[in-house]
Amino acid sequence: MSTVIETTEQLADRHPIAPYLRMDRMPHIWCPTCGIGTVVRCYAKALEESGVDLDKASIVSGIGCTGRVAGYMKLDAFHTTHGRAIPFATGLKLARPELLVTVFSGDGDLSGIGGNHFIHAARRNMDLLVILVNNFIYGMTGGQNAPTTPLTARSSTMPFGNFERPFSLPHLAASCGATYVARWTSLHIRRMTKSFKEAIGRKGFRFVEVIAPCSTLYARLNKLGTGFDLMRFYHDNAEIRHGADTRDVDIGFQDKIVCGKFIDEERPTFLEAMHEHYTKILGDRYVPMPPEGGWIHE
Amino acid sequence: MKYWRKPLDFDQVKIPQGEVSIVSERCKGCGFCVEYCPKDVLVMSEDFNKKGYHPPKVVKSGECVNCNLCEMICPDYAIFSSELADDAANAAAQPGERAEVSAS
Amino acid sequence: MKADPTGVLTGAHYLDGDYACGEGAMAAGCRFVAGYPITPSTEVVERISRRFPMMGGTFIQMEDELASMAAVVGAAWTGTKSMTVTSGPGFSLMMENIGLAAMMETPCVVVNVQRGGPSTGLPTMVGQADMMQARWGSHGDYEPIALCPQSPQEAFDLTIDAFNLSERYRVPVMFMMDECVGHMTEKVVIPDADAIEVVPRKLTSAKPGDYLPYGTNGNDVPEFARAGDGYRFHTTGLTHDERGYPDMSAACQEKGVRRLLDKVKNNVDDIVRFDEEDTDGADVVLVTYGITARVARMGMDMARKQGIKVGVIRLIVVWPFPEKRIRELAGDIKAFVVPEINYGQMVLEVERCAAGRAAAILVPHGGGGVHDPQTICDAIVRAAK
Repeated sequence: MSTVIETTEQLADRHPIAPYLRMDRMPHIWCPTCGIGTVVRCYAKALEESGVDLDKASIVSGIGCTGRVAGYMKLDAFHTTHGRAIPFATGLKLARPELLVTVFSGDGDLSGIGGNHFIHAARRNMDLLVILVNNFIYGMTGGQNAPTTPLTARSSTMPFGNFERPFSLPHLAASCGATYVARWTSLHIRRMTKSFKEAIGRKGFRFVEVIAPCSTLYARLNKLGTGFDLMRFYHDNAEIRHGADTRDVDIGFQDKIVCGKFIDEERPTFLEAMHEHYTKILGDRYVPMPPEGGWIHE
Repeated sequence: MKYWRKPLDFDQVKIPQGEVSIVSERCKGCGFCVEYCPKDVLVMSEDFNKKGYHPPKVVKSGECVNCNLCEMICPDYAIFSSELADDAANAAAQPGERAEVSAS
Repeated sequence: MKADPTGVLTGAHYLDGDYACGEGAMAAGCRFVAGYPITPSTEVVERISRRFPMMGGTFIQMEDELASMAAVVGAAWTGTKSMTVTSGPGFSLMMENIGLAAMMETPCVVVNVQRGGPSTGLPTMVGQADMMQARWGSHGDYEPIALCPQSPQEAFDLTIDAFNLSERYRVPVMFMMDECVGHMTEKVVIPDADAIEVVPRKLTSAKPGDYLPYGTNGNDVPEFARAGDGYRFHTTGLTHDERGYPDMSAACQEKGVRRLLDKVKNNVDDIVRFDEEDTDGADVVLVTYGITARVARMGMDMARKQGIKVGVIRLIVVWPFPEKRIRELAGDIKAFVVPEINYGQMVLEVERCAAGRAAAILVPHGGGGVHDPQTICDAIVRAAK
């Protein structure tokens, strides 16, 4: 038996995710048993398998634990203001249409403060892949109630249990016009990777919600153990129902989680609709912005 | 593996053999890899890493089939599996060990 | 670099300030505008939405001003010159992402066609009460640049200057029009494209791998890399180091934020711009901007007929404020008279710079109309005593 001595950094650099991660910023800040790291691994794998040109892939995050994803991925990465990842990404995409733009942020960021932007981008079928990691809470700021916190769950601002009805995010996305809607948990690594890969190959507003454990806040405040116990819970309580009606996929507190691909349609994206319309109305006078973008140079 | 009847392509199908690499200093002891490895190759060790967590260790080294589940599920990118080259797989039931040291 | 001719509507036109501003943006090479309708600024984007499809520009009406500013910052990162247009209430909403633009050092232009405030105020009538907000609106320390036109012709010319300044210093530039200038129709002469000088986005010459997003090589301003060119850079609103990585330490804050301020402060002499007239031997000097500058001219002429020696400093670049010149003048004159359509904003800067050596007298107006020149004349006469 031969023994090879390597430093931690050398060994870590041989991890298959290393080409997609800013290894000079490892280890990351996420807690033990947090699910975000797993989702990032699956996304990196999907990027690799899809064969897209990574120089043209941009990632935009908001604020929060999931918002830190942009900081760790080795793509053109933007860590923007709270809730504004989607409009920021819209600007990026419209000003350089050849970019593949992914928004990677959390439930509070995208459906709370960012809710308005979420529904309008879905309505317009803006060509964005939105990966929303849902841990049912505002983790980074200490565990406050989120628009997705299930009824009766405790949080730091609902210390007696949540009485506000939460969003069903797949339903919200679908009703606003998203053309690809799926939900997985961070346990479903193969299916999640496949879903990401599929979504990367599609156009339009693609929305994948990933339920992930939050050990330090959600699990602790609700006495559910650690993220590991939550993973066990997903194992026993996740139901895969492809094509389920999004009106029936609400998540109750410690209740079943309906996963799967709910919507997979094709509809003209914002840019496609714009091109078609202007071409029809303006004919030869229409000069579209080229895919390389609106940068004017000598 | 027990077969009720030997498959017709038994000689052609090769079960992959994998080698697990563990970046113990990155491990945060979450236990996902141990719990979900389909071949039960790993257990939580009694060792401590510098941060005080128990990293996993390989106990059934010949059993790894390089399914990469540990690699995909680890939230800290502290474990991965790679395909063992054919002759190395045949030669040793125990793949070569890798000792990890910290930089400082 | 010369302007791209597809955006330049060469000729003599009869345009209002809003339209002229839109033309200025298109002439400057702006090709992305995200906006939200708000009186009295909406005509700017209406004009742009009509002309952009013919020149490779993209206009999108976003769902609110928050999204508009975020989209503008995002678009600017592709190397495209970007702009948004609003008035007071929208300006307040945009502050968050103006701060983001300042922190990420994103070139962009924000047009504020000021109206009476506060809050919903006087939607269709003039005000000049956002001047301090242009400087201090977003939280934290940053140095924006702000310009103020007094006519539709200037609305055209100065918009091009606004873009050039934002490219040169990588700061968000506030274009502070007011409803009067915005809705006033006058002759606007738009020259040939090769008579218009525009500053293009300065891209880095470093290779991917060697590039530091916020490394300055001893200059004040870092070099830019476009998203999609393979640089795989990271940028954030968090306090960051030269790699664009968050570094939450007092040392990084001191180094990084100070440079954000210094890049404008060190170049104040190149940025500051004002029109000065008859200040030699004057007893009183008017400090004016925007529509009030034109009204004040009449008040000034009335005072001169009474034998008062009065000069004027008309602010063109309002921020950074021309501290040096005001300080110099304060030693030579009796008083500054500052008419503005607010209850005292730029007068505070004048007073600060005068440091008690000359009086700083405000001639306020709440908004909804312009000053009566007689009021300004009376203030000048009183000040001269």
